[in-house]
Amino acid sequence: MPKLTINGQTVDYSGDPGMPLLWYLRDEQGLKGAKFGCGAGLCGACTVHVNGEARRSCVTPMAALEGASVTTIEGLSDGETLHPVQEAWLAEDVAQCGYCQTGQIMAVAALLETNANPSDGDIDESLTNICRCGTYYRLRKAVHRAAELKSGRAS
Amino acid sequence: MNAPVIHNRRDILRYAAAGGALVIAAPIASRVRAQRDGSPFPTPWFEGPVGGFVAINPDETVTIAFPNPEMGQGVDTSLPMLLAEELEVDFDRVSTVQMPLEIMRGEDGEMTWKYAPQGSGGSYSIPGHYEGLRQAGALARTLLISAAAAQFGVPASELVAARGVVRHEASGKKASYGELAAAAASIEPPAEAPALKPQSEFRLIGTPQKMKNARAIVTGEATFGIDAEKPGMLYAVMSRCPYFDGTAKSVDDSAARKVSGVVDIVKIEGPGPTGPYDVQAEGYAVVATSLWAAMKGRRALQIEWNTGPYAEESSGSFKRQCAELLEGTGQIVRDDGDFDAAFANAAETYEATYWQPYVSHAPLEPQNCLADVTEDGVEIIAPTQMPSGASRIVAAALGVDREKIKILPTRLGGGFGRRLSNDYVAEAALISKAVKAPVKLIWTRDDDLQHDFYRPSGMHQLKAGFDADGNLVAWTHRLASASKYYRRPNLPESDYWQAELYPDDFPSQFVNNVRLEYFSARSGAPRGSWRAPAHTANAFVVQSFLDEIAEGRGEDPLALRLRLLGEARELPYEQHGGPVFNPGRLAECLRVAAEKGGYGEKMPAGRGRGIAGHFTFGGYCAQVVDVETDDQGGLRVTKVVAAVDIGTVINPNGVAAQLESGVNDGLSTALRLAINIDGGRVTNANFDTYQLMKIADAPPVVETHIIDNGETPSGMGEMGLPPLAPALANAIFEATGKRIRSLPIADQLNS
Ligand code: FES
Ligand code: FES
Repeated sequence: MPKLTINGQTVDYSGDPGMPLLWYLRDEQGLKGAKFGCGAGLCGACTVHVNGEARRSCVTPMAALEGASVTTIEGLSDGETLHPVQEAWLAEDVAQCGYCQTGQIMAVAALLETNANPSDGDIDESLTNICRCGTYYRLRKAVHRAAELKSGRAS
Repeated sequence: MNAPVIHNRRDILRYAAAGGALVIAAPIASRVRAQRDGSPFPTPWFEGPVGGFVAINPDETVTIAFPNPEMGQGVDTSLPMLLAEELEVDFDRVSTVQMPLEIMRGEDGEMTWKYAPQGSGGSYSIPGHYEGLRQAGALARTLLISAAAAQFGVPASELVAARGVVRHEASGKKASYGELAAAAASIEPPAEAPALKPQSEFRLIGTPQKMKNARAIVTGEATFGIDAEKPGMLYAVMSRCPYFDGTAKSVDDSAARKVSGVVDIVKIEGPGPTGPYDVQAEGYAVVATSLWAAMKGRRALQIEWNTGPYAEESSGSFKRQCAELLEGTGQIVRDDGDFDAAFANAAETYEATYWQPYVSHAPLEPQNCLADVTEDGVEIIAPTQMPSGASRIVAAALGVDREKIKILPTRLGGGFGRRLSNDYVAEAALISKAVKAPVKLIWTRDDDLQHDFYRPSGMHQLKAGFDADGNLVAWTHRLASASKYYRRPNLPESDYWQAELYPDDFPSQFVNNVRLEYFSARSGAPRGSWRAPAHTANAFVVQSFLDEIAEGRGEDPLALRLRLLGEARELPYEQHGGPVFNPGRLAECLRVAAEKGGYGEKMPAGRGRGIAGHFTFGGYCAQVVDVETDDQGGLRVTKVVAAVDIGTVINPNGVAAQLESGVNDGLSTALRLAINIDGGRVTNANFDTYQLMKIADAPPVVETHIIDNGETPSGMGEMGLPPLAPALANAIFEATGKRIRSLPIADQLNS
C-alpha cells in the first residue's frame, strides 16, 4: 500500500493501485487545482510535481507513488506569498478561461528548477501543455518574467 | 439572496436591504434590438428588460455580479466595469461574482429575464449590456446620493459622488457608500432612470484592467463546473452510440454492475432521427460512488450498436457529395444584376475552389454537469454558455416547471460555442432523476470529440470577372455544405443557407452582378455554432480568393482590397452584427495593420507576409501575418500584427487578450484541425488525433492596435479569428508559391 506525501502531509493509500493520481487528488483529497483535460497525458492540465518533477497525474497510477512526494498547485505558494511563476502569471494577466493554467504553472515551475533562464527555443521544446484559449503569447512572456523574478528573489 | 424584495410602483426596479448592505437589482426598461436571422440565437433571446446588480457592503467593499457566464472572454471584468463606471467606485475595491440564472414568470405566463439577459455568445455581452449595466450603476449611485442628502439635510443636486464617497462641497460633509448603504436601501427609487455620463467623462471604461478572478485561477481555487460537489453526490460517465443517429442493439451490463462502487446503469434514450437535439446520442450511464469506479464500469459494459442511417458516410464521401452538388444548380440566395452575362463578357475571369473540414470545439474542460433532481425541484451546476437553455432543456426532459429549476452557471473551462448546447445538462438531469441522488456527469475527451456539434464542413466555389478597366463586374460564391440550421423546429430546408452564407458580407454589396448559391448537403454529423461561425469559412475563401485575383492581375493585394471597399459609408447589413456595415472602417483596419506590420516590404527567401480583413458581428479586424518556411515543409508564424475597430472599447487589455486568443485559435485550426469521419462515426478520440496547437507553433509576437473611434461598442470574442487563416495562406503563398485552398494546412507544404 503506497505511503506518500501530498503537499507535505503523509497519506496512506489503500484503494485501487491502478487509479490515476489525478482522481485521488481531486475526488479523495479535495485538491481540485489539477484539472482533467484528456486523461491520456496529452494536454498537461493535470500536471503536478512528483519528487520535484512535472508529472501528468492522469497517467500516473497510485501504485507508482510509494514514498513519493507530491506537490500540487495548492502547495506551490508559500502561504499567502505566491510562487514567482504565479506572480508572473498575474503580472502578465495570462489566464483566459483559466482551466489549463494550474497545469501550465506547475510545468513552468518545474522547468525553472532545471533551467533558470529558458530561451524561447527551450520554452518551445519543453512546454507541451495545451491552452485551448490560446494564451501562449502572454504565457511566454510570463515564463521569462518568472525566471527574472525567481533569480531576483534568490539573489 | 434571502432579503425581502420590495417592488416599486412601476415594477421596473427591485431592490432589497440585506444585513446593512445595499443590494441593487435593477432591471431597466430598456429594450435591445431583436436579433435577425443569421444570429446564433433564437430571436427572443436578447429582448426583455436589461439590468444587473451590485452589493455595497458596510466595509466599503463592493460586489458586482456579472450576468453572463465567464468562459475566458473576460466578462467577469468588462461587464462589472460598465456598472462601476456609473457607480463611481474604485475598481480595485470591486470583487465580481457570477450571477445565477435569474428568470421569472412574466405576466403573459412565459418565463422572462428577472434582471438581465444571461447568455454568452455572438460577441454580444458588451453590446447587450452596455446601456443596462451603466444604468444599474447610475441608479445605485442616485440612491446613495439621496441617502446622503437626507442625512446632511441638503439638496441632492449639491452632492457629488466619487470613489465611493458622497461629498457636500459647501459644508465639507461627506459619507462613504458603506455608511450610506443601509439608508439608501430604504429610499424609493426615482421614477425615471437617471441620466448616464457622456463618453467624454468615462474614467474607468477605456482603461486597461486585468482579469478580476486571476488570483483564484493561479492558486487553483477557481471553481469550474467539473469541480462542483454536493453531499451524497454520485458520479456518472456514459457510453454513447458513436454512430450518427445510431441506436443500441444489445447491452450486457452484468460485468459493469459487478465493478466495485458501481451503483446503477441508466439508459438514456436518443434524440430521434429528425427533431431537435435534447441529448445528442442514445447511451448508457454508469453511475458509481467515485468517478474512477464509473470509468471502470464503463469499460466493462458490453454494448452492440446499430450503425444507423449514415453508416456509409466518411470524410471522403462527404467531400465527393459537395463536389457533385456544385456540378448542378443550387438555391439562389442573392442575385443582383446578371452574373452570367457579366461573367461571360468579362475581360478577365478568375475561379477557385476551397475546402473546409468539420472541426470540433474541444474546450479544455470536458462537458460536465452536476444535477440534483428531487421532489421539490431541480438544481443544476454546470459550465454553460446558455443557462436559460439549460433551464428549458431540463424542463422539457423532466416535465418540471421552470420555476422549480435552479441553474447555477460556473466559470467555463472554455466554450467556443459548444456550450450553447445543453445536451450534457439534460443527460445529467435524467440520470439524477433515475437514481434519485445528486449526480455529477463527466464526459471524457473521446466523448467530447465524438459527440460535438461540429463547425460545418463545406466546399466553396468562387468566380470573379473584371472589365477591361479593372473594375470588378461579376462575383459568385457557391457553397455546398451541411448547414448548422437543421433539425430545428419549423425551419424549412430552404432556410438552411442563412447560417452559412451571409448575403451582405463583402464583397456582395460592392459588385453590380453578384450571385450567391447554396447547396444543402446531407451529413449525419451534428453541427452547431463554432466561434465566429460561418465567418471563419467565408473570410478564408473570400480573402484568399482576393489574393489570387491580385496575383493574377499583377495588382497589390492590399490596394485591390482598399479600392473594392472604397470610402467610408453606411451600408445595410441584415445579419447578426448589423444593421450597418461601414467598409471604411474595415479599410482603416487594413491600412493600420499594413502600416504597423510592414506589409509590402520585400521578404527574404522562404518568408512571406500576408494580409486579410473581415467584418464579424459588428467588429472590424485586419491582420498581417509573417511566416517562415523551411524545405522540409515546416512553417512557423513569427509575428501577427492586428488592427481592430470595435467602436468604444471597455477594457483594452481584454480586447488584446481576445485578439491574441482569436489569432491562436485561428492558427491552431488552420494548421492541423479536422474531424475525420469513417463508417458513419467520428474517428478522432483524443488530442493525439485532434492536435490543438502548443506553444511551439504559437506566434512569439502578437501586436494589437485598437482603433477607438467612440462608435457604439461591439464585442471582441470572435472578430480576432476570421482574418488569421487567409492572411496566413496569403503569407504562405509569398513564401512558397503554394496556394492553400484546403484546410487544414497539415503537411501540404511537404508535397
Ligand atoms: S488530463 Fe492529464 S495530460 Fe491531459
Ligand atoms: S486559459 Fe483556457 S485553456 Fe488555457
